[in-house]
This record gives sequence, C-alpha cells and structure tokens, in this order.
Amino acid sequence: MASAVVTLTRAAAANVATDDPRWVRVLLLAAAFGFLSLFLVLPLVAVFCHAFSAGVRAYISAITERDAAAALKLTLLVAAIALPLNVAFGIAAAWAIAHFDFRGKSLLTTLIDLPFSVSPVVSGLVFVLLFGARGLLGPWLTGHGIRIIFAVPGIVLATIFVTFPFVARELIPLMRAQGSAEEQAALTLGASPLKMFLRVTLPKIKWGLLHGVVLCNARAMGEFGAVSVVSGHIRGRTNTLPLHVEVLHSEYQSQAAFAVATLLTLLALVTLVLKTFIERKSHIR
Amino acid sequence: MASNRRVLPGFGLALGFTWIYLSLIVLIPLGAMILKTTQMSWGEFWSIITSPRAVASYRLTFGASFVAAVINAVFGLLVAWVLVRVPFPGKRLVDALVDLPFALPTAVAGITLTALLSANGWIGKPLAEMGIRVAFTPLGIAVALVFIGLPFVVRTVQPVLLDLDREIEEAAASLGASRWKTFWRVILPPILPAAITGFALAFARAVGEYGSVVFIAGNMPMRTEITPLLIITRLEEYDYAGATALGVAMLGVSLVLLLIINLLQTHTRPRAAA
Repeated sequence: MASAVVTLTRAAAANVATDDPRWVRVLLLAAAFGFLSLFLVLPLVAVFCHAFSAGVRAYISAITERDAAAALKLTLLVAAIALPLNVAFGIAAAWAIAHFDFRGKSLLTTLIDLPFSVSPVVSGLVFVLLFGARGLLGPWLTGHGIRIIFAVPGIVLATIFVTFPFVARELIPLMRAQGSAEEQAALTLGASPLKMFLRVTLPKIKWGLLHGVVLCNARAMGEFGAVSVVSGHIRGRTNTLPLHVEVLHSEYQSQAAFAVATLLTLLALVTLVLKTFIERKSHIR
Repeated sequence: MASNRRVLPGFGLALGFTWIYLSLIVLIPLGAMILKTTQMSWGEFWSIITSPRAVASYRLTFGASFVAAVINAVFGLLVAWVLVRVPFPGKRLVDALVDLPFALPTAVAGITLTALLSANGWIGKPLAEMGIRVAFTPLGIAVALVFIGLPFVVRTVQPVLLDLDREIEEAAASLGASRWKTFWRVILPPILPAAITGFALAFARAVGEYGSVVFIAGNMPMRTEITPLLIITRLEEYDYAGATALGVAMLGVSLVLLLIINLLQTHTRPRAAA
C-alpha cells in the first residue's frame, strides 16, 4: 500500500518534471504553427494561387510557351551534366578520405565544404573573371571562338561549383562509419576492385548516395545567383527555369512567372518527399 | 588505417581525381579572383571596399542577416522543442516541411514573398493600412533572410534535444526546481552550443544570399542594396576591379565565418555525444 503510494507520487512527479503544463504546450504549439504557417505554408499556397489566377488555360499556355520549354530543357541538361560529375567526385573523395590516411586530409575536407560558404554571386563572378571577354583566359578563348560566359558551359560550371560538396559531404561520414571490413573480405575472396565496388561498396552506400543526389539535384535545378551572373539572360538560349521566372517577373508578367515557378515548387516538394522517404528507409539525416 | 593502402585498391586514383577536380572547379577559379586583386594597389583595393556605397551595403547585409538569424534562433529553438517534446498529429509532415527553404529555388521564394508583402499583397495590404511597409525596405530583406535561414537552427538543435537525458530534468524537479528554472539551468545549457552553431550557419547563409533578396529589396543604392547585388552592378558596368575587390572581401568574410562554424562544431560535438 505504502509502496503503491510512493510509485504513484513518483509517477506524478516525473510527469510534472519532464512534461510542460497543458497551457504551455498549447501556447508553444500555437506559436510554432503560427510561425511556420506564415513563413512556409502561406508562400506555398500563394505560388499556386497566383499561378492559376488567370485560369487553367493561361497557366498551361505559360508553362508550354516556347521560351519556358527551352528553359526547362536547359535546366534538365545542366543538371544532367553537373550531377554525374559531382557524384563521381563525391565517391572518389569519400573513398580516399574515409578509408585512408594521408597528409592534408583535414585541409582537403575543409576545402570540399568551401563552395557552401561562398556567396552564389561570388561563385558566378570567379568564372566571369576567368573566362569572360575581359577575363584572364578571355582573349585566348575569343581567339579560338570558344564561348563559356553568357553560354551554356558557364552555366554548367557555375552549377557544378555551387553543388560541389553535396554528395561528398553525405558519403564521407557514412563510409567512415561503415568501415571497410566487407570490402576487404570481398578482395580476400578474390573479387576484382571493380567487382568489389559494384557488388559491395555501392550497395552499402546507396541510400546515402541517393540522399546526396536528391539534394544536389534540387540545388542544381534551382540555383539562381551564380547562374544569373554567368548566363547573360538570353531568352530561349541561356535562361534556366529560375532565370526565366525572373525575366517574366521583371516584365510584369506576374501570372506567367508564378506558373513557371510552380514547376520549381513541385520540384521542391518532390525533393522533400524523396528525402523524407530515404531518411525513413535508412535512418540517416 | 595506413595499412589500408596495401589492402584496399584505388587510393591513388581516388585522391588524384579528388584534388584535380577540386582544383579545376574551386581552387583555380577562386585563386584567379584573388590573383586579380594583386594587380591593383592596396590603396585602390581599400578605397573600393570602403567606399560609402559599399559600406552602406555591408551595414544592410550584416544588419538584416543578424536580425534574421536572431529571429531564426528564437523560433528555431521553439520549433525544435515542439517537434521533439510536444505530441501533435501530422508531426512528420511538419518535420519534412521545415526543410522547404533548402529545397525551394530562391527565385521562387523571392517573387512569392514580394507578392505577399507588397502594398497590395495578402499580408502587405493589411500592414500598409497600419502604415508598415515591408516590401522594398530593409524589413523585407530581413523577412526573406528569415525564410532561407529557417531550417538551420531547427536542424542543429533537434538531434541534441532528442539525445537529452530526461532523468536530469527529473532530478532537477525532484530537488525542487520549477519547470522554468529547469529549462534555464538544465535544458538550455546543453542545447545552447547547437543553437549558436545554427545561428552562425543561418547568418553565414544570409550574408551571401542573393536570389530571394533581390526581388523584395528594392535595390536602391545606399538604402536597400545588399553587397552581392553591388557586385553584380559593378560587373554590369564592366568595373571588373570593383567587382573583384568586393568579391574578395566577401570571400574573406565567408572564410572567417566558415572557420568560426568549424570551431563551434568541434566544440559542440563531444558534448552532443556525451
């Protein structure tokens, strides 16, 4: 009897200790929801409302119009080039950093993160200074008829720069945590290096790799600042989707701008769904 | 691990490719920009980066970034707390939605916030009737920066809060501490380093941000012109020296912030693990 009372009081005490009073919870929830609705939900709703403000037909014509289609195509092309390169780099960097010891390892790890802390505008600027008409290599490039700035190669370079760390950053801690025992076992059992990579390493890192690819892709397709500096905004030629949104917005074609923006918003929502799915499947974050 | 070199294949290939790719994409372009500043004298460089228009842009960029990061620190703590400690339906959805600013292209965020906050927008109109202008003012810039920095503090604090041992809170309460006192003296100290790291990350991101800000900023020289925009203006005027000097100055700031964040993270990690 006495012990039952003690247990009861202890349970009650624990409850008071680690749970907030009901009114506090309600207040906290209300404040958090208020903040998130204002900053996240309302903008999401607004994109679609403005996009359909002139009806479904205007929406469809805005996203199927020739320059919008060209911008979509360019965005897909740029991501299709930048993504595989950064994946190859990410796997190579993680392999070296996670499994081997060498001089300058911590410097290398810091340098890989560098593009994330550089302003997007500076990321674009460096390529203009290198390849632009008045840049270091500008005269030589012009002499050979090669255009990088205000053309597709510059856009690809700027995109690779800003998305550079995504895959490596994801794989380095993952490979480090996993170790290389399975790889060593595969080699001892006579597997070739290629077979070891395809059959052992790749399956081990697949969720982390996919997570990195999804995030890298979202940034590659959505990058604005860096691409804006190198693109030159030539309609139908060097406009990616985000740049096309800007052009339409500056021409006061608000509804069309938001219609094109819904494509990028859908990309963001798909990214979040995939990301959440991968995280739940693999317990990574 | 050094013995791995004899056991595991591909070390030379992997490291060689890593350094070459890093040099081509990141180091050489950044190095070329720094090299270009050495072509001007120290006096020239200094007069460019301390010109009144540049200084006004720093004041705005750092001021708005600071305000936004403070707001994000407060609300980030709140959202992290609610996600970890308060049960409510739809938690997974809210948790996933927090990352929206990382996934949504900045140009979309820019035009949407501008539309919402301009004088005839959904939020801007009632505010305008109260005499508050948001779009095309420094206030609007801060709002855009709150949006893009929103996930940082939540995501740094959340894991630490999850790992926090509730028994310490029970102990505090059993020793007679009020819930409020427990929060200040027991819960806050271990999550504070994570919150400061999140604050620094949000601040660093905000300082360099361009896409979400240009639409809402108004872009008036001396008043609502952020430093990244000033760089682009100089570039469009073919003032390469001006753009380069400002670019190098911003790069220097980014490097210092990166260093501070790295230090913060090495200081937080052991504690978070404990």
